[in-house]
Amino acid sequence: MNNTTRQIQAWLLLLPALCLLAAFTHYPVIRTVWRSFAGSGVRMSDTLHLDNYRYLLEDEVLLQVLSNSFWYAAITVPVSIALAIAMALWVNTKLRGVGLLRLAYFTPTLLPMISVANIWLFFYSTEIGLLNNILGYFGADAVNWLGDPDISLYSLMAMTIWKEAGFFMIFYLAALQTISPDLYHAAALENASRWTIFKRITFPLLMPTTLFVLVNAILNAFKLVDHLFILTKGGPNNSSNLLLYYIFENAFSFFDTAYASALTVLLLIILVFLALLQFGVLEKRVHYR
Amino acid sequence: MNRILSIVSTSLAWALGILWLFPLLYAIWASIHPSEFVTRFELFAPLTLDNFREAWNQAPFLRYMINTVAITMLILGGQLILCTLAAYALARMEFKGRALVFALVLMQLMVVPEILIVENYQTLAGLKLIDTYWGVGLPYFASAFGIFLLRQTFKTVPEDLENAARVEGCSLLGTIWHIYVPLAKPTYLAFSLVSISYHWNNFLWPLVVTNTEKSRPLTVGMSIFGAPESGVDWAVISAGTLISVGPLLIVFILFQRQFVQSFMQAGIK
Repeated sequence: MNNTTRQIQAWLLLLPALCLLAAFTHYPVIRTVWRSFAGSGVRMSDTLHLDNYRYLLEDEVLLQVLSNSFWYAAITVPVSIALAIAMALWVNTKLRGVGLLRLAYFTPTLLPMISVANIWLFFYSTEIGLLNNILGYFGADAVNWLGDPDISLYSLMAMTIWKEAGFFMIFYLAALQTISPDLYHAAALENASRWTIFKRITFPLLMPTTLFVLVNAILNAFKLVDHLFILTKGGPNNSSNLLLYYIFENAFSFFDTAYASALTVLLLIILVFLALLQFGVLEKRVHYR
Repeated sequence: MNRILSIVSTSLAWALGILWLFPLLYAIWASIHPSEFVTRFELFAPLTLDNFREAWNQAPFLRYMINTVAITMLILGGQLILCTLAAYALARMEFKGRALVFALVLMQLMVVPEILIVENYQTLAGLKLIDTYWGVGLPYFASAFGIFLLRQTFKTVPEDLENAARVEGCSLLGTIWHIYVPLAKPTYLAFSLVSISYHWNNFLWPLVVTNTEKSRPLTVGMSIFGAPESGVDWAVISAGTLISVGPLLIVFILFQRQFVQSFMQAGIK
């Protein structure tokens, strides 16, 4: 078959996927950037201007939102990863009932965030909530888990960690199964302690997985805002608001599409930065030493 | 010393397991007892199914469930077809600009459709697809993840098989269908399970793009059902929650091993 036909065939096979990718990924990215310069409110103005970005720099709520997003990622990501490693190590042994244990760890991943957030809402509720009931049983004062600006973000974090750790466990489990048992036999001959084995063999060999999970976990920390809709709606006073939720609010509650676009550009920059981190710098440094 | 460490480690593992299952176990407890037992744990509290009946009557769960199943299947179908074709072209065909096309595809791994809610909403409004299954599904049809996964698998298929099929007079689409698709079955299964659980649980985009019961999936329905303003009690909310997660949970428990293995396979790539 000649080359030209082959080329045309290749493009025909790609056509449907590329059209949809262009329509729902590439075109909207360009439109977002355009709207952030040309839009004001829900309309497009005739000239390009920097009003949206000027507002972005002055917006104190955004400052709060970014600080929340930062702490949200900085705490949930390492904790989930540490738990995920522990879970994977446990599940990878020959303990009795390992199947059940794996089921327990993995179940939160599979349940819709929105549905389980309803259960967590009950745990956290002030008057009749389960957590406050337990505290009351021990004679402690009730805590306003979702209504106290100093606590609400942490309450969200707890649920996020619960939801994510089991998902990351899967990646570690897969990685653990590729480590050659010979290494452990050798370590056993040397009488190495469990901690030494983990520190010298398991952990270094898990490094590529840790990088992969790390980037995806940070990405998720920016993408996953479902539970905010049920638990706090970003409140009180924006104390638990996160970037994507703030974009949603601006676009669909405050009807300031142009400002939402400027915020989306900011989010895109963060994502691009993460992508570069994954494919560039880190990927080269973390491989097996 | 090592023995003690072992026991401590095992107990920790189980404690964490119970903690992780607790919200679900609790929802089961609350849903099968009258509402006064929501925080009173008595072994012999009377059992009831009233909460399920009540939840079922308060929200159109059947409609939501039909919508969710329809949307999930529509997306999966679209993904399987589009990703297969694109993955084959990227894995096995020489053409100008292949590297660039692949890079443009991979971009979607980072920039997922729900981040672009503002513009995608405008696009779908322009297409008059707001509040339809297609509106919820269309942005997800061309899945970069699916294309990537299948491309990796297709690359491992021996080229001799393809050449043999060609000699027999098999067309291009025929070759893909008869040679590549059967050999990639495990990848299709893995991708399908990941895709189904993702879209069964997806919330933000369906929330933006649906307005009525006509197309609203379970997750969006649950967010309205659970809202405190609607004044339902916790036992009923728990029952509703279980109804909404039930089908997926049952499928998961039945196919647990495949699920975990599929997620693992999809994770390694």
